[in-house]
Amino acid sequence: MDTSQGNPMMDDSITPQPTKDGGPRIDCRNIKVFYGQAEAIHDVSMSFPDRAVTALIGPSGCGKSTFLRCLNRMNDTIENCRVEGKILMDGEDINDADVDPVLLRSRVGMVFQKPNPFPKSIYDNIAYGPRIHGLANGREDLDAIVEKSLRRAGLWEEVKDRLSAPGTGLSGGQQQRLCIARAIAVQPEVILMDEPCSALDPIATARIEELIDELRNRYCIVIVTHSMQQAARVSQRTAFFHLGNLVEMGDTGQIFTNPREKRTEDYITGRFG
Amino acid sequence: MTDTARTQASKARAMKRLRKRRAADGRFRYYGLSAILTALGALAVLIFTIGSQALSAATYHVVNYDITLDPAVIAPEGAGRPEDISRNVEGFYGLVRDNLIATFPEAAKDRASRREVADFVTRLAVLPTAQMVAEQPELVGTRITLTAPLNDDLDLYLKGQGVRERKLGVGAIAAIKGEVEGGYRVTGAGAFDAVVAALAVAAADLPADAAEPGVLLTAGPSTGRLTEISAGSGHLELLTGNIKDFARLQSKARLIVALESERTISDQQIAWTLALKDMGRIERVPRKTLLTNSDSTYPELAGGLAAIVGSLLTMLVTALVAMPIGIFAAVYLEEFAPKNRVTEFIEVNINNLAAVPSIVFGLLGAALYINFLGMPRSAPLVGGLVLALMTFPVVIIASRAALKAVPPSVRSGALAVGASQMQTVFHHVVPLAAPGILTGAILGMARALGESAPLLLIGMVAFVGDVPRSPTDESTVMPVLIFSWSNNAERAWEPLTSAMIIVLLAFLLLMNGLVVFLRRKYERRW
Amino acid sequence: MDWLLIALIAVFGSSAFFLGRMRAERLLMSTAGRMHSRPNYHGYYVAMWATVPVLAIALSYAVFGEMLTRGQLARELPSSFSRLSPAELQSYLDSVRLAAGSAASAGADRVFEAITNRYLELRGLVNAGTLVILGLVAAFGIVWGQSRLKSDFRARALVENGMELVLFLCAGVAIATTAGIVLSLLYESLQFFQKVSAWDFLTGTRWNAQTEAEFGALPLFFGTFMIALIAMLVAAPIGLFSAIFLSEYASQTARAWIKPILEILAGIPTVVYGFFALLVVAPGIRSAAIWINETAIQLGLASEPILAAQPTSALAAGLVMGIMIIPFVSSLSDDVINAVPQTLRDAAFALGATKSETVQQVVVPAALPGIIAALLLAVSRAIGETMIVVMAAGKSARISMDPTSDLTTITVQIVSLMTGETGFDDPKTLSAFALGLVLFTVTLAFNVVALRVVKKYREKYD
Repeated sequence: MDTSQGNPMMDDSITPQPTKDGGPRIDCRNIKVFYGQAEAIHDVSMSFPDRAVTALIGPSGCGKSTFLRCLNRMNDTIENCRVEGKILMDGEDINDADVDPVLLRSRVGMVFQKPNPFPKSIYDNIAYGPRIHGLANGREDLDAIVEKSLRRAGLWEEVKDRLSAPGTGLSGGQQQRLCIARAIAVQPEVILMDEPCSALDPIATARIEELIDELRNRYCIVIVTHSMQQAARVSQRTAFFHLGNLVEMGDTGQIFTNPREKRTEDYITGRFG
Repeated sequence: MTDTARTQASKARAMKRLRKRRAADGRFRYYGLSAILTALGALAVLIFTIGSQALSAATYHVVNYDITLDPAVIAPEGAGRPEDISRNVEGFYGLVRDNLIATFPEAAKDRASRREVADFVTRLAVLPTAQMVAEQPELVGTRITLTAPLNDDLDLYLKGQGVRERKLGVGAIAAIKGEVEGGYRVTGAGAFDAVVAALAVAAADLPADAAEPGVLLTAGPSTGRLTEISAGSGHLELLTGNIKDFARLQSKARLIVALESERTISDQQIAWTLALKDMGRIERVPRKTLLTNSDSTYPELAGGLAAIVGSLLTMLVTALVAMPIGIFAAVYLEEFAPKNRVTEFIEVNINNLAAVPSIVFGLLGAALYINFLGMPRSAPLVGGLVLALMTFPVVIIASRAALKAVPPSVRSGALAVGASQMQTVFHHVVPLAAPGILTGAILGMARALGESAPLLLIGMVAFVGDVPRSPTDESTVMPVLIFSWSNNAERAWEPLTSAMIIVLLAFLLLMNGLVVFLRRKYERRW
Repeated sequence: MDWLLIALIAVFGSSAFFLGRMRAERLLMSTAGRMHSRPNYHGYYVAMWATVPVLAIALSYAVFGEMLTRGQLARELPSSFSRLSPAELQSYLDSVRLAAGSAASAGADRVFEAITNRYLELRGLVNAGTLVILGLVAAFGIVWGQSRLKSDFRARALVENGMELVLFLCAGVAIATTAGIVLSLLYESLQFFQKVSAWDFLTGTRWNAQTEAEFGALPLFFGTFMIALIAMLVAAPIGLFSAIFLSEYASQTARAWIKPILEILAGIPTVVYGFFALLVVAPGIRSAAIWINETAIQLGLASEPILAAQPTSALAAGLVMGIMIIPFVSSLSDDVINAVPQTLRDAAFALGATKSETVQQVVVPAALPGIIAALLLAVSRAIGETMIVVMAAGKSARISMDPTSDLTTITVQIVSLMTGETGFDDPKTLSAFALGLVLFTVTLAFNVVALRVVKKYREKYD
């Protein structure tokens, strides 16, 4: 009773909710995605474990980003895009008619390829999510959420003196960490990252990768990446996509050292892609 | 409290909040939808009101007069040359009036009646026939059918738009008896039941001291004014025709609420019109004169030919000036201009000119062309030049967009084979951009075609009865004609103005259709 | 004479072209090596020399020829004419010109006939002189151009330079037009302000230009403002929400249908809107106002009519003007809303924002400068709109907050002052230019600010 008035964000024990046995957080069954008549993803089934990083790799246009966008129903915003199959999150199909995508997206955060801070202050960028979802009780609460999120994204020390400066004024790497902080601020259980480092220089990339590694302890993370080194560095599980098919999925070490499929090996060794 | 309980509580809160947010979302979407529907609704109302008015003006009533072209009247001694005949409006008009008086002998009884019957047709309506006879003098002395438009108020009456009336059924009339003080007593059991009922209804709507509505009784070509009405009898004052018709033919009553003194047409005129209609001498025909006649002070004769020609002449001048200047300027700015202050200043100027109110161009035209250069007022030349100044910034902006869309690879390709820059631009870039340039130019011209405010200031609002033949003749244009007509008080001008609007919109639609066609056919994306 | 000049220039041009090309072809035969430019360019070069100076002379004839004739004629007029004021003299000379143009000058008095004949003589003299000069200059141009032609002569470069100059001059017409507007408005306005003080004009509250020569323009400014305000109250919300609905909510098919239909609304001539206001909206508002008056009196809320309920009203004009501006606002806002990058929308959606939250809190704030610019341009258009107010707003210069009363605007007064038959020295006519100057300045300020904001905004997202 004592802490129920306080913000749940302040209490690490309740966010995020770990699954009991560390089993799959998200379970996808027979996913097909269509753009109009064209089928972009062919019957993919896979699951994502909690508190681990899963990397989706594959050549351009193989459908890995499209697949990622199924997980928080971002494909809903694209006209004539249709998703078939079941995506179970804690046993509930997220494509069910009575699941509100708005609520779903507050549980499944997303970070995009290009850093896309709102043209607002750093503070307002972080506070936007908690505000719309009503996560904060009053100003101090919100301040605390902003600080905590920025700290977790490793950005606090750099921006704590200029929270009212526009978010678009930060460097590319800082902007991307700001976007990660923004995603964290709504207390998601899952974080989707769509090539989060493709627009960044190597140093900024390294910082983001470190950050992903830290966040792994709290969240289920799915990352789409073009860089196999990055996948090898940050992920525990790796899935290889090719032409809309899931070719192979396994522990990262196994995929990179001992792939079962010929196509995976060809891609990893750089023979196509 | 346990963790699960707490999460449950926060989950409930979130759900409640979500419902609210969803409701707000729905409201917002509904605002957007109603905004669109409001805009579309306004368009629909506009098109519907103007369209339906125009439709009623698309046809009108004409009356046929069988007249003998008496040489003594048409070509009297010393005035038999064709040009005399074509100007002999009085002679032809007299024949028409005599024909009406022959049809309705009661019209001859006094001056007022003669004037009433003369109102059926305006003097100028006989002009086309006069001209025809002047061209074919062998017609003199023969019998011809002269067709002239019916007076505009009677035309509206026949279309049911002028004087409001209610048509009522009447039972069989059993007896007609002449009365001492004049008129007749018509009786028939329950013959006027419907009339009595309708009068009671009308009286309830009117103020107590208002005069009783007039009732006309019609049987075939004969019409009389009905008074002292009871269910079984009434007093009939014959206006035209034969009293025996009422016994012989099925009668009909017309209840007219507006007092005769407050109407533009009298009971007598209505009676004659109905008689002519019954004789089959009135026809409803398409109003071709809207496109073949020029302006007139009589709505039944007025047409838009002079204004259409004036618009075309004005557009010709505008196109000849605005298109080359606009296109050349665009080519210069897009392909040759160095990036310096002069160029920038020109660009700012062009963008501002495109947003200057059109009436300011009218002031410029009045001061520069008319006052300073002494050009003629009301001329398509001046109008066209004013509109050209207004249009060329639009042409420049559209042409630049089209030139910009041509990929740089085309330019480098041409330059690489040794073409000069001028050759590159005029042999390769401009032809590729031509469809875009052309559509932009047509859209600019369409805007100019609908423009009226600046033309008012250079005197193009004058009444122009003749079709202009050259760009320096006095002239008006379609939108200004619409403005002038809408200022006229008579009721008949309203549908006529709407019809002219439809003509103007048809021209605009044609131009826009051309644009769509060009885009479909030639548009390419690189 | 005009047609003759055009024909002459065409003849000079084409003959010069052929002469030049012939000479160049002969040069090509005689020299073994290559020529710098193709013979056609040599032809164009000579034609340039033959036509450009001639064109300049012809243009100055068109502008000054009549002036020259009149000046000489005025000097020769009998002394009795010196009593006439310049304006009277001008109109007299106008009638002379008219009589000279038509063959039928019979019946006029003898002095007039003599003057007309002398006018014809003088004009013939001026025409003949122009033709002689024209011919000489053209001949000299051809000879000079021909003499320059050599095998290594860079005819193409020179022709292209000339062409580029022509292109530049065409672009310069934009500056000339703006200068023309500013100069003509300023010139006539200054004349007006010599008769009426600028302060009285801008702050006076009584406008009675037609009859009493009272020129206090404040009621006109008020009417203009009031009607533009009503128009914006209609157009801004409807246009903006339409744009948001079209760009964020409507399906592709709906957009493909609705956008062109809205463009129809933009393509309808304003005179049609004016007619619509006069025919439908104004009577409707009047009966509504009368009904409100009667109801208020019946309910005892008022003892006398509260609304003016006039047959033409500010509300009617403003409403219809608002409808006219809707597509203007919506298409401009649609552009700026579409320019907001999709990644921003994605970011908001990914945080779990609803569509309306995304639009209200991310898209619209990001597009705000562009939207404000669109609204400014719309206001400028509302202020300058003429036909609707001329037809439906009325002519009484008054300051009244009652939207059902008739108000007048700057543009209405310009039209009514300029359509009368008054000369250019009459204060009535001049006051129209002073009003035009105010109108131009205000709309220019709106446009400049708006266009600058739009430009900045474009740069931000390009």
